[in-house]
Amino acid sequence: MDFGIIFSQTLTQAIGITAIIYCLAAIGLNVQFGYTGLLNFGQVAFVAAGAYAVGVIVLTFDLSLWLAILVGILASTILALILGIPTLRLRADYLAIVTIAASELLRLLVRSIAFKDTFGGAQGLNGKLGQQFHDLNPLPTDFTSLPVLTWTRQDLWVVIVGWLLVVLFTLLVWGLVRSPWGRVVKGIREDEDAVVSLGKNVFVYKMQALVLGGIIGGFGGIVWAVAKQSVQPDTFQPDFTFFAYTILLLGGAARVFGPIVGAIIFWFLLAGVGELLSQMIQAGYIDFLSATDVGSIRFILMGLGLMLLMIFRPQGIFGDRRELALDAR
Amino acid sequence: MPANTDNDLASGNDLKPGRAAAIAALKDVPHVPGAPKPDPILVADHVSRQFGGLKAVDVAHVEIQRGAITALIGPNGAGKTTLFNLLTGFDKPDTGKWTFNQQQVAGTSPYKLARKGMVRTFQLTKALSRMTVLDNMRLGASGQLGERFFPSLLPFLWRAQEQANEVRALDLLGRFNLDAKLDDFAGSLSGGQRKLLEMARALMTNPEIVMLDEPMAGVNPALTQSLLGHIKNIREDGTTVLFVEHDMDMVRDISDWVIVMAQGQIIAEGPPDAVMQDRQVIDAYLGTHHDQALTKDGTSLTQDSSGE
Repeated sequence: MDFGIIFSQTLTQAIGITAIIYCLAAIGLNVQFGYTGLLNFGQVAFVAAGAYAVGVIVLTFDLSLWLAILVGILASTILALILGIPTLRLRADYLAIVTIAASELLRLLVRSIAFKDTFGGAQGLNGKLGQQFHDLNPLPTDFTSLPVLTWTRQDLWVVIVGWLLVVLFTLLVWGLVRSPWGRVVKGIREDEDAVVSLGKNVFVYKMQALVLGGIIGGFGGIVWAVAKQSVQPDTFQPDFTFFAYTILLLGGAARVFGPIVGAIIFWFLLAGVGELLSQMIQAGYIDFLSATDVGSIRFILMGLGLMLLMIFRPQGIFGDRRELALDAR
Repeated sequence: MPANTDNDLASGNDLKPGRAAAIAALKDVPHVPGAPKPDPILVADHVSRQFGGLKAVDVAHVEIQRGAITALIGPNGAGKTTLFNLLTGFDKPDTGKWTFNQQQVAGTSPYKLARKGMVRTFQLTKALSRMTVLDNMRLGASGQLGERFFPSLLPFLWRAQEQANEVRALDLLGRFNLDAKLDDFAGSLSGGQRKLLEMARALMTNPEIVMLDEPMAGVNPALTQSLLGHIKNIREDGTTVLFVEHDMDMVRDISDWVIVMAQGQIIAEGPPDAVMQDRQVIDAYLGTHHDQALTKDGTSLTQDSSGE
């Protein structure tokens, strides 16, 4: 067993591209759920909207990646409007139902035969999606690898820009939630009617939060498409949303740094357990499992870990238990 | 705090200008349901709301005098809260029109009505639990530039406004004896303190009329006294007060005018003393035997409960 490899693989994944994508999705959820109290169970739909915008514009229509990013923002906005207009006037649970249904609907739509020419069907869109981005890579061409962190030159470039995006959106959220705007959305989370009775147009605030969270999630999809140079419908399953929620709760909902710390810890644990198990199986310490079981076992352990988290630290890492203990009426 | 104690002392005898004006204005108003008032701030016509087979509210005509404290009383299920919900836009009536400051406002969304100056509180107090007392208050202020999405990112645009609002908030919290609780979560306050906070928060909007839904429910007697003082002060500041209440002593003490509802309709109106002598009101609300002592005699008790 080589602990060096385990450590380097784990760390690489903990702050790698996947962690960034989930982190962006979780920042979006933090705006929607953490601060405004909107139960968006279809965050993956926004990620898919961003990713498919890149795929369709760059590959299907052979246009610029920068245009694709604009289209991605637009697509997330339109999706938020479509989901929000009918449901935001209703009780919170309706949004939850509609969003989870919409995310599956969107996935089935893009993988359908009918739209194969545009969205690529079940195979998705594969090709040089992020070429224009990778052409800008400032890293030296003879770059091989950092010590410990095993990214390729291309991946490292994505990681750098990805974390910059995370920092940017975190700053944006921080600026918003410390302002009077943030106070209104927190008020909506606590009790909508009270905020209405003070003369605030609650619908508009909820819509703004849904759109902003959706756009940030959409950027997760854009990063995904650019980094992996491929967009496949079946990667946008509902479990993506629930992992993003896990990350949010792990870090602490309604905490500016919650999603960042949550994403890093989530992927550190998930990758760490996976690497450790694989190595142990390889070395023969565990003989009742095969290497193919590791993928599921690590999620079982993750689930167990989450249960423990909810029992012993329900407020997450940054949360305040006193706050959680208050009845939210 | 001193202002508040001397108000308590002044409750009965010597009249403050606001109360004197309200009494003078209502002197010649006939004691009949739907009586026209000299200067009504709120006028409602044919407001009705049906829940299934039950007609919860069916008000032919009602006017609320500006600058006065009007109590809305009636037995449980009389439709008081439903009428509140309808008038403030939180519920939609089946029929009816009403004006606020001579302006048709039926069908207006509740937040727009609040902006026009009609602000309500709730029977089940809605303190925003996981926000501090001060943030609850700041939220009440209207017309905040920082509450708009893009300006909110540029603190220099709204900082001055925020500070001005904070000064007002601190002043109001001082008047409501909540200034020691500034940075506590609203959820950690007692029930009575939450009522106070909700009332103070409503006043942050600078309303023309505050509609208080059972402001005294669940508040201890000592706090009730200071709440009464606060409500009277609201009138002295020129704000109209309409409130729902069950406590007759309180109604008698602070209201200038009383409207009685039963089974969705207004059955009586008048100054508190006159209304409480009214046969119909006594039958509908206070109970036919309300002045008789409850004895251990079984028959008397049975009569009492059937009378209610």
